[in-house]
Amino acid sequence: MGDHQKSKTVVLGVLGVDAHVVGNKIMAHALESEGFKVVNIGTFSSQQDFIRAAIETAADAILVASLCGHGEMECRGFRENCIEAGVGEIHLVVGGNLVVGKQNWEEVEKRFLQMGFNRAYPPGVSPKQVIADLKKDLPKG
Amino acid sequence: MSLALLIDFGSTFTKLLAVDLAAEEILAYAQSCTTVETDIMVGLRRALDLLPPHLQGAPYECRLSSSSAAGGLGMITIGLIPELSAEAARRAALGAGAKVVKVYSFRLSTRELEELVGLKPDILLLAGGTDGGNREVILDNARLLAASRISCPVLIAGNKAAADEVQSILSAAGKITLLTDNVMPEVNVLNVEPVREMIRKIFIERIIESKGLKKAEEFVGGILMPTPTAVLRAAQLLSQGTGSEKGLGDLVIVDIGGATTDVHSIGAGNPVQPGVVRKGLPEPLTKRTVEADLGLRYNAGTILKLCGEGRILQHASLFQKDLAPRLEKLSQCVEVLPQTAEDQDLDFALATCAARAAMERHAGSIEALWGPQGQYYVQYGKDLTGVEHLIGTGGIFIHHRQAGGILRGTLFSPEEPFSLRPKTPNLYTDARYCLFAVGLLADRYPESAFRIARKYLRRWN
Repeated sequence: MGDHQKSKTVVLGVLGVDAHVVGNKIMAHALESEGFKVVNIGTFSSQQDFIRAAIETAADAILVASLCGHGEMECRGFRENCIEAGVGEIHLVVGGNLVVGKQNWEEVEKRFLQMGFNRAYPPGVSPKQVIADLKKDLPKG
Repeated sequence: MSLALLIDFGSTFTKLLAVDLAAEEILAYAQSCTTVETDIMVGLRRALDLLPPHLQGAPYECRLSSSSAAGGLGMITIGLIPELSAEAARRAALGAGAKVVKVYSFRLSTRELEELVGLKPDILLLAGGTDGGNREVILDNARLLAASRISCPVLIAGNKAAADEVQSILSAAGKITLLTDNVMPEVNVLNVEPVREMIRKIFIERIIESKGLKKAEEFVGGILMPTPTAVLRAAQLLSQGTGSEKGLGDLVIVDIGGATTDVHSIGAGNPVQPGVVRKGLPEPLTKRTVEADLGLRYNAGTILKLCGEGRILQHASLFQKDLAPRLEKLSQCVEVLPQTAEDQDLDFALATCAARAAMERHAGSIEALWGPQGQYYVQYGKDLTGVEHLIGTGGIFIHHRQAGGILRGTLFSPEEPFSLRPKTPNLYTDARYCLFAVGLLADRYPESAFRIARKYLRRWN
């Protein structure tokens, strides 16, 4: 645990009509034990729920989980909505079961990065990886 | 005998209740028009003169009072996000018995600031940012308020990492400031009690005097709280009980007045059905909502606009003609009590519509959502379907013979299964208009106050 992460606040939640709470709890626990301040808005959260919480808490990043396979549809316009709400520069991360069926991950990732996410993760990614990337991506201070 | 005199300086009427605390009996009730514009004591003396002679100069052990005279306790609340800190601040102010005149969010615009000053609130509640969260907006709003002509006390209850600086900015500009804990320290965590307590303190120390009620205070020995807080306090006492008296548990009180309809609920309101997910800002255990557009006099015309002629007539049992002009007249002559059977019937119909709409807005709702895994239910607000006790208070519940019917109209209906209103509660009316008095007595004489409420609430089912 370092001082660097102590000052970082991340908003965490599950987007859309999606009840998958287990991964959300594991991720929250992993982030907290690494010194992040976690604002966990839980399941059934809308894009606006994430953005509102990020503004009120002056968050450094938004971590979106989508497990139900509708990620592509649910995530559309997320960056634009952030821009509209005055937090256009916020670090956006998405992961989970983002798409249904067998699709090439590189292509899926590309689509989410084009949507304005800074990072997109495939199913089964380790929380360690996500945290290591966050430490790298979020500016120190 | 151990006598207590309880007084409510209402917006329209000054009401008195003489109580024998030892015998736990209500001895007399009297009311007269509130005269706050000229001299508050005139109306009080007139009401005192209406008491039986032996009670007029009786040796009262205590004289306590509540007040909603001179516009009540008018508050403006400011937060950051409308659904988060601004909503948390609004709920805290309502729970403190205030009339929330306006809620602002984000950085105040020049136009908003002008409007805010013009609204002349009694207290301004400044919130915004979770602890350690956004600092900029509350600081900017403090600078804007510091440079404005606002003269009322400013209660600061926002991000603790900015609160001291906010206070310095405002104090340096000569504003009266008070500091308390953040009303929303974390996202979706409500912390309303410190704010409520502070508002009550400001009310006693400053507002009484500025409202021209100081003279009355010398006579009564203490104007303790705004009237709605007294009713809310009674609701808490009835729900939670005392050391020796078991409380009633979860309950709802509907208070229908001339200008507004208040609903108070005590209870967590957690989902009753399994598998329902609760979303949104959590609800305070003790929740009050105020419907400023629903009242039997000042807002008689608004009820017509809101509910329509058909709905009002549906609840009337007599033939009611010329509805619109009669309601217009009612809203202008607010002190008029019903004279004829038709008048009483019309009041009943209006009250039923007002109570119904107020309950619908107070109770939570359920939304059915479809996802890839099937259907889910998400609950917003409190589930009141399992509430066991529903109480009506206000003038209509004293005077009307079918007052219980007003409460029946507020209950859950299978046609609207998503509105979580009480299903089969016990129905009571405050037939002796004693709940405000019970609230005033609650801290000093909890046992007697509790038993008086139980004794005088009239059961309808």
